[in-house]
Amino acid sequence: MTAILTANAVTKQFAKDDAAIVALREFDLDIEEGSFVTLLGRSGCGKSTLLNMLAGLTAPSTGQVRYRERTLSGPDTSIGYLTQHDTLMPWRDVLRNVEMPLEIKGTPSGERRRVAMDLIERVGLGGFEKHYPRELSGGMRRRASLARMLAGAPETLLMDEPFGALDAQLRTELQEELLRLWQGSGQTVVFVTHDIEEALLLGDRVVVLGKLGRILLDTEIGLPRPRSADESRVDPEFVALHKELSAALKEEAR
Amino acid sequence: MTATAMEAGPVRVGLERTWWQRHGNTTIVWASRVALLAVVLVLWQLAADRWIDSTFTSKPSDIVRRLVEWSGDGTLWTNTWITVQEIVYGFLLGAAAGALAGFVLASMNLLYRVLDPFMLALYSIPKVALAPLFIVWFGIGVHMKVLLAAVTVFFLVFLNTAAGVREVDRGLIDAVRLMGGGRREIAFKVVLPASMTGLLTGLKVAIPYALIGAVIGELVASNRGLGYLINDAAAQFDTAGVFATLVVLSVIAGLLNVFVGLIGKRVNRWKPLDD
Repeated sequence: MTAILTANAVTKQFAKDDAAIVALREFDLDIEEGSFVTLLGRSGCGKSTLLNMLAGLTAPSTGQVRYRERTLSGPDTSIGYLTQHDTLMPWRDVLRNVEMPLEIKGTPSGERRRVAMDLIERVGLGGFEKHYPRELSGGMRRRASLARMLAGAPETLLMDEPFGALDAQLRTELQEELLRLWQGSGQTVVFVTHDIEEALLLGDRVVVLGKLGRILLDTEIGLPRPRSADESRVDPEFVALHKELSAALKEEAR
Repeated sequence: MTATAMEAGPVRVGLERTWWQRHGNTTIVWASRVALLAVVLVLWQLAADRWIDSTFTSKPSDIVRRLVEWSGDGTLWTNTWITVQEIVYGFLLGAAAGALAGFVLASMNLLYRVLDPFMLALYSIPKVALAPLFIVWFGIGVHMKVLLAAVTVFFLVFLNTAAGVREVDRGLIDAVRLMGGGRREIAFKVVLPASMTGLLTGLKVAIPYALIGAVIGELVASNRGLGYLINDAAAQFDTAGVFATLVVLSVIAGLLNVFVGLIGKRVNRWKPLDD
């Protein structure tokens, strides 16, 4: 396996008056192609900052992010990014929102519509393509955002606590759908979460982040797929991993 | 996966309602409005010459007579037409310039920050104070009123559009950057539609000000238009004439407010997500 996305001694600081606020210090990470990596960390450990840099939205203060052996200097269309908050265009209905990446790419409108309709169907929003984001529930907006990201046909997906604001049942449902969409697609996923269970259910590999992005634990998850939320909870291996991650997070807090 | 059992959410069901349940409130409101107007007019008519001198307050019957008379000899129509033209041209000119300036300037951060206090200072000048200067520059013809209305409208549209542009959600811009969009895509697919709410709000508040600007221009100096008609009637102590003109102005204002209402509906439709 080769690393597709690499963070190399990345430091990010924000200037505030005369002080610099350090969000991430000397961070190193390799993401292997085709893998599903979950980044687990408490709020404020620099997860979102890290993802913004991996997406090319912000540049690191020092160090570099490399994508396919190239230094990333700006957003790249082969990297899709699902942010924590919805960024659907409120003046576009679901269909036109999902079409947007294709529109910018210059895909002809017939093709655009076909791809978008197919994706809307796949994320379970069939029949809602003429609705505006304002008319959708939180879960449906997430589905629409997911469809929009997939419309750009990215080979790498970055997801920043995408299901954080949803209720538990809906989260489980969307997690399963995400895995279903991902499996066999060959896409690489970097999934940020603060939820230990979510990290374990989704990832091939879990990276636990502490303050300033210090890596507390980096472990492969060998649990067989598909992993059902209900069954995993009582699986001894799952429980052991859960304890291990939980301990790692707690250690940092001390 | 089939169309997933959508999350628990609102469900639409048919509802049987009688005509009165549907329109009762609206009917009451409208009936009360008509009744209020009738009461005021009747009281006015009764009070005139009985308790108060109608030289000062005129009375509804005289006002109607004056309106009929003016509409017969065409005075009403020619002067109304002049004022309406001033309003429309002033509004269009001011709104177009304001929207363009607002969009362009607000997109250029540095320039906007430099100009912002000057714009606010100019905006705060009472526009009546500009009238004498405009007379020197443009004479007392229609141009001066159009420009006076346009200046008033310009600042309102400019400030609202600029605010709309500057309040564009950073996340939406980033979303387009992630899709591979450049400055052009950001301007046309995000900033322009996002600033529509601001622009429409600006247009909405500016409509009545176009009327104010035009009429003030006519009051200050003119020989035509509704403002002139008011001045002329007042100079002859013709209060019926003054009131008749005011009636026409209220009708115009009412019609303009209908437009405002239509734009308001549009604004609500474009309103972004609340969260």
